[in-house]
Formats: sequence, C-alpha cells, structure tokens
Amino acid sequence: MKRLLKGGHLIDPLQGIDAVRDVLLDGDRVAAVGLDLPVGKDVEVIAVPSGCILCPGFVDMHVHLREPGQEHKETIATGTAAAAAGGFTGVACMPNTQPVNDGASVTRAILERAALEGAVRVYPIGAVSKGMKGESLAEIAELRAAGCVAVSDDGMPVPTALLMRRALEYAGMFNMPVIDHCEDPSLKGEGVAHDGYIAAMLGLRGIPATAESIMVERDIALAEMTGSAVHIAHLSTRQALRAVWAAKARGVRVTCEVAPHHFVLTDERLAGPISYDTNLKMNPPLREQADVDAILRGFTAGTIDAIATDHAPHQTDEKHVEFDRAPFGIIGLETAVSLTLDRLVHTGVITLRRMVQLMSVNPCRILNVPGGTLRPERPADITIIALSAKVTVDLSKSRSRSRNSPFGGWTLKGGVVATIVGGKTVYVNDEIPGAAAFGAAVARA
Amino acid sequence: MNPETTDATPSLPTGTDDQPIPANRLRSKDLLGIAELSVEEISLILDTAVAMKEIASRPIKKVPALRGKTVVNLFFEASTRTRTSFEIAEKRLSADTLNIVAGTSSVVKGETLADTVHNIEAMSPDLLVVRHSSSGSCHFLSRICRAGVINAGDGMHEHPTQALLDAFTIRERKQRLAGLKVAICGDLLHSRVLRSNVLLLTKMGADVWLCGPPTLVPTGFARSGVHITSSVDEAVEGADAVMMLRIQLERMLGGYFPSLREYFNVFGMTPERVRRAKPDVLIMHPGPMNRGVEIASEVADGPYSVILDQVANGVAVRMAVLYLLSGGAEHEAVA
Amino acid sequence: MPVVMDADRMSRTLTRIAHEIVERNRGLDRLALVGVRTRGVPIASRLALRLREITGQDVPVGALDITLYRDDLMHHPVGPQPLVRSTDIPFSIDDRVIVLVDDVLYTGRTVRAALDELIDFGRPKSIQLVVIVDRGHRELPIKADYVGKNLPTSHTESVAVRLAETDGCDEVIIEKMTGEDAE
Repeated sequence: MKRLLKGGHLIDPLQGIDAVRDVLLDGDRVAAVGLDLPVGKDVEVIAVPSGCILCPGFVDMHVHLREPGQEHKETIATGTAAAAAGGFTGVACMPNTQPVNDGASVTRAILERAALEGAVRVYPIGAVSKGMKGESLAEIAELRAAGCVAVSDDGMPVPTALLMRRALEYAGMFNMPVIDHCEDPSLKGEGVAHDGYIAAMLGLRGIPATAESIMVERDIALAEMTGSAVHIAHLSTRQALRAVWAAKARGVRVTCEVAPHHFVLTDERLAGPISYDTNLKMNPPLREQADVDAILRGFTAGTIDAIATDHAPHQTDEKHVEFDRAPFGIIGLETAVSLTLDRLVHTGVITLRRMVQLMSVNPCRILNVPGGTLRPERPADITIIALSAKVTVDLSKSRSRSRNSPFGGWTLKGGVVATIVGGKTVYVNDEIPGAAAFGAAVARA
Repeated sequence: MNPETTDATPSLPTGTDDQPIPANRLRSKDLLGIAELSVEEISLILDTAVAMKEIASRPIKKVPALRGKTVVNLFFEASTRTRTSFEIAEKRLSADTLNIVAGTSSVVKGETLADTVHNIEAMSPDLLVVRHSSSGSCHFLSRICRAGVINAGDGMHEHPTQALLDAFTIRERKQRLAGLKVAICGDLLHSRVLRSNVLLLTKMGADVWLCGPPTLVPTGFARSGVHITSSVDEAVEGADAVMMLRIQLERMLGGYFPSLREYFNVFGMTPERVRRAKPDVLIMHPGPMNRGVEIASEVADGPYSVILDQVANGVAVRMAVLYLLSGGAEHEAVA
Repeated sequence: MPVVMDADRMSRTLTRIAHEIVERNRGLDRLALVGVRTRGVPIASRLALRLREITGQDVPVGALDITLYRDDLMHHPVGPQPLVRSTDIPFSIDDRVIVLVDDVLYTGRTVRAALDELIDFGRPKSIQLVVIVDRGHRELPIKADYVGKNLPTSHTESVAVRLAETDGCDEVIIEKMTGEDAE
C-alpha cells in the first residue's frame, strides 16, 4: 500500500533538505521525495497539517526496557509504546536486564518479543563483560550475530583500563561502538547527588564531576590507542565535555550523548520545591548551572553528538522511599522531544536541522543502523513534530509502565504529532489539532 | 485570633487589618530544619524556651499545656541523649509519649519507612519526633503525614533542635548572637549539627568560622557565608564561642585522616589553643565527647565549658518547639 | 469608647485596695503579691509600693504566666499558639498568703489557671484575689477578695485596663466588639 505525505515541511540533513516536500511511502520503504509528487492510483493521500514538520525517525540510543526480568518496571511492549508516543521510531536497549543480555539467547528473546509486541524498532545493546561483572569479555561476536548493535555495561562503568582496552579492540573488529557509563567507582563512593554546595547543604553524599571526567579521559586515551570507537553515555559535566571536545579536535573516534534532564535541570532543584524528590535522583546526577551552560555551548559547537533519554523506569513504590535508598533513574521517552524543542530549539541554542542530527542522523550513524534519512529505499520511519504545539506533561497518561519523572505538570512548547514506523502510523497525538490526518495508530507487528 | 474565652482581656484591638503580624507562630506544621525557619521564627522559639526553662526549677516540673496530645518518638537510629531530652520535654508538657526504636520495630522486617509511619499515623499521634539515618527522610515523611514532624536528626542533613539549643546557650550567656565570632571545629562533612548551626548562626548574623581537615570539609560550603580554614589557631582567634564536633573512629578508617593521635595533634582543642579566644569564650560540644581526640579534658571540664548547660537547655528548647508546633499550622487553621 | 476609670481614680483605687489588704491580713510578714501576666504584674508592683508606704514593709512580688495552663489551649482546632512568657516567682510560696493580682475578672478561667499553676509551686497558706475591674459573667465559682470597680457589661463589650507601664496611660475603657469577636 502506498501513502503520500503531502505538503509537509521536511528536514532531512543527509539529503540537504529543509523545505516543503512530499514523501511517498511504499509499504515499509520510502519510495520518493519531491515537490508536488503525482498522486497515483491506490495511493492514500495524507495532507500534512500546516505547522507539522517531517523528520527522519528519531532513535533513542539509551533506553532501559527492563525486559526480561523486571517487567514490573517496564516491558518491551510498554517501553516501545512510550517510545512511539515520544516520537521515537527506534530505541537501543541496554543490557542490564535479568538475565543480563550477555549472550545470543537473551538478544534473540528481546528481538522476538520486540517483533511481536514492539511499537517501534528495538536495537539491543549487548554487555561488554559476562554478567556485566567487569571481569572478562562477553561473547561479542555472538551478540553481534544475534543482532546487537553495540556493547555496554551501562549502569556500571567498565572498571579497568585493561578490560576497556580489550573491549575496544575486540568490538572494533566488528566496527561496533563500546558505550561506556563513565564513573570512577572510588570517587563515586556512596554518592547520590552531584558533589557541590547543594548536596553539601542537604547532607547528601556527593558524586564529583571528576568521577565522570576521569573515566572519560581514560576511555579517550584507550580509543586513541586502539583506533576503535568509544561512545560516552549520558555525559553530564563540563570537564568531560572539554575532554571530548579536545579528543575530537585531534581525531579520536569518540562520540557522546546528553540526556534532556542534564540540559534542563540542575542540582538546585533537589532543595525544592519538592525537596529530596526521588524523581530527581539519577546517575549521573543533576549537575550545576555551569555544567548546563557548558552543555548548551556543546550543542551549539557540535561537540555533543546525540540526545538520548537514559529512560530508566522504576515502579512508584521503589521511588517512594528515603532519597538515598531510592534507585537511580527517571523515565524520559515521552518528554525528550518537547524538552528539546522548548529548551534548545525555541531558545535558539540549536536549529531544527541540528535537532534532527542529534536525535536521528547521529544515533543511527553511531549505532550503524538504518535510518537517519528519508532517501528512497530507506525505511519509512518518520517522526512528525509541531513546533508551536503546547504540551502539558500528564504522567497519568504515560504509556510507560512507570511514572518516575520530574516533569509531570510541565507545560512545554513543541511536541510530537505522530510517529510512523515502517510506513505504519504507530502513534497519533489526539491533543494536537489535525493530527488525525495521519490516520489511526495501528499495531506495527 | 481565638475566641476570647478567658478573662485575659486583649490589649490590642483584634480582627483589624492594620494590625502588624506578630512573630507568634511557626508557619509550618513541621520542624524539618533551620533552613525552613525565618529569623523571627528562630527568635520566637528561643524566647519561648526562656519561659520553658523556668519550669525545670519548679518543685513540680510539669505544666498541662500538651495534655491529651500524643507525641511519638520514632528513632530509626540509636540516640540516648536526644531521645531522652525530647521525652523529658514532652512529659514536662504533659503529653502522652511513645518511644519506637528501630531495633524493636518492623523496619528490620523489611517494611518501608512510608508503611511504618502510615501504621503509626493510624493511631492518631499529634506529633512525630523522627531520627533517621537518611538525609531528607523527615521532608519525605512530612509530605505523607498528617501529624507534625519534628526532625531529631536526619542523616548528614540537619539537627535543628541541637542548633536551637546551642543558640539558646550562647544567647543566654552573651545576650546576643549577631556579631559574635563562633568557631566550629571537627568533622564538618558528616555533621548534621554543623549544617543546622551554620544556617542558624549565619541567619542570626554571627561570624562563623569552620575548621577541620580539608578531607572533612563539605564541597562548596563557602557559599553558605562562612569562613573555612584548616588552622585551629585562626578559627579560634578572638572567638566568643568554640563548638567542637565529634570525630568518629570510622572516619579514620574511611581514610579521612591518618590517626586519632595525629588528629588531636593538629586539630584537638587544647588549653593552649583556647587561650587565643576571648577570655570569656564558651566551649561547646553537642556530645558525646571523645576526650583526647577532638577535645582535651582540661577544656571540656574547664571554667568556660557550657557543655552541661547545653544539655539542660536542650529540654527547654524542645519544650518550646513541641508547644509551638502543637497548635498546628496557620494555613490549616484558615482552611 | 467610654472611659470608666481615669488615672486619678485608678490611683485612689489601688491605694484603697492596699489599705484593705493591710487591714484584712493584720501584718504583711508572710504575704506576697503575684501578678498575672501581662497587666497583673505592674499592678502588683504598684500595690507593693503602696504597701511599703503604708507599713514600711517590703512585700515580695512574683509574675505568673498562665498560658501553659489555659483550658482552651488545645481546644481550638489548629492555629497559632498563644505566646508564652516567663513565670518568675523568686520566693517560696509555702505557707505564705498569696495575693493574686489581675486586671479584669470575667469568666474566671484565667484565675482558675493561675490557681492551678500556683499550686504547682508549693502549698500557700491561702490565696486572695485582687482585680481592678469585675465585669461579671462568671463561668466558674470564683470571687475576688478586693475589687477596684464592679462594672456590669454585656458579652458584646470588651473591657480594657490600660497602664502607663504597658500602654502609656492609666485608664479603664469599655469597647463594643466587632461581630466576629463577640461570640
């Protein structure tokens, strides 16, 4: 079946397009992109409402889907539904499931479940080390063959320089990036918040910025030595950003991502209005204003490659405890696009074109997955956003199984209108006028 | 204003708009920390404590003010002196008191803090006095409890009644807080007493000097408007009051300093060091003391030591807090 | 705002009461004055001065703050607590004649609280009561031994005793209360 998206504004940096274009979909592929494409027989015409912008499908390269093992927090079905509602056509899921995704059988199980129930594409990330124990390498070739797109021990840093060296060398053989959660465990200690004035006054044990930057520096040195690609997960500090900037300048294969909460919130928030809110507890922690300022400059300068949510669902009861006993992490799939539009695009920090690079082009390139452009023959994965839509975050309507977000009740400018994966509309935002033009959302599988 | 049912005839016309709002109440139903208190509220507590202190000198040390009120002392962390002090304060105000100590409660059986407190709340207490090892736990409880919550020490965060009794003790001797130089020495990093005292003393206009090994100074603390030094001599020079903080053995094991002996040599409060302070300096310690670690016995037992006054004043200050909070919050009264 | 007692009248009233105290107690050896805060305290001090003028003898004076003994303390739903001021009785009350001093006698509840508080300080030989104004409407079986002026009032009125020490002038006035205070 063919669908023609007619009269929308398309932003496709890889094709150099930032203009009104028609996009013709044929089944799960893009058939053509052009001005005033002819309407052939048996073509469903979708008149794209004014104000809507078509983008190559956004990919969140840092998500915890929790399945298998922690289905009370999230499942592949609920997590991908949340991704669809957040405008993501694909998600890369971290291996810290139970059991850990350190072997082909777990990878296959995830992909099978995703094929059955997934609203969007799922790209598994395998473990660097067996059991994520940080001791010996997982069977990376087998993981790759089963469908893993990268390796990471996310949640835990790769503890020793030696193991990181071997992971880079070994994964480099398949051109797979090693994604590292950079944090020196001895400096982190029992820390639960950014090591600064706020944590000091609140009596919370601190995680110094240096805990992150020390390991980023280490990983950069090892990437330089091995010639392999390293990707820094959820970068949060100005020190680490400076290290990445300098490494890129001298040609090291290093990329990095930043999570929306790290450019929207600071540690000051821990003091109130809801003091010690466990939905402000994540790792890396909320940093200082100087870090947020540096990250905003990093977006402008191009040092940051991707926006990734680090979507980390936890059940309400698990967060309804003392701050230092609460698990780290917040959900983020459904708020990332609106936060990015509101805080980065509308404020002039980045252009829409750059946003598409951060959320689609670069994640696809780093993970070597299809997408990132709507060239003919590419997958028909499209994120449709509206710049001026007013979005109020209503956690009770979240598709995620969890509600651990500090953004409930926030009103943001800009949001997702619809999400198309493989030519099928998987999400339509009923609250945006005209969104119904994209048809009713259907199950992808 | 309440209906006039006694014959204490009001001196000011009531119910008129032009009446200034007196600092005769606390705004919150809880005492979570000094951070939440205004200068006026701190003064109200200290002034009320003056009246409460007199009760301890009576033949019958008990007034009926909190008759029929139930106060639960919920201690998730071992504490003898603070719990005892609160309990005496409660009994002197005729409240019914109940002590729950973590070791004997269901907390050890894996019940969450929220569930534990909901169970206690089902028995309709009016006030909860809470000591807990997690910073912010009282803030958490105040959001889920109907009863007022008094923070009796939460993790490394605050211990507001200790700072209030320290301020009361200084004010009793020096008649003021503003302009005084107060040195606080010891384990600054892990001390909730420190945080409450820094907040209170800086709010009241004192000149606060902190002294300890750099390994035990909280990050970015200079922002709170205090001086930080690792020289005891500099901190103590000309001080009106010197507060010592307890050094725990586990800090040495945690690698914050090499040995207790070295700590005493560099930071211990000796008579020689005290001589740099004002001649009428007050020597204070929240207890329990480690003689020969942070403080020499000659200093602890010396003529300017007010360490036992602090203990006595603790009861009066806690009575004041219990009394002022037992009326509930203003916003609830209006609602 | 009718003035029912001016400064001159108040002064004569206090002198009269001082004489009555001397007459009734035949000597002041075991007598002490205790003023109920706020205005009972300066009145007690003035009576002590007059007693010395009359007898040449010093009578100890104490101050009683009855706030913590109020019977309505925990009865209002929630709201700010009345301010507590210090009680200061720097002498033993055991076996003394205690003359309790207050400005206005109305429902009798303040006096009830004062009696309860006094008893916590010891066992006085007896307790007598001085008030400047008795305005009636008693709710408890309490009667003053020395009254400056009996002043019939209604519940919608309020009686204010003003003193130089606390209010800048000596007078007693009657005011109409506004609606919400009149209950």
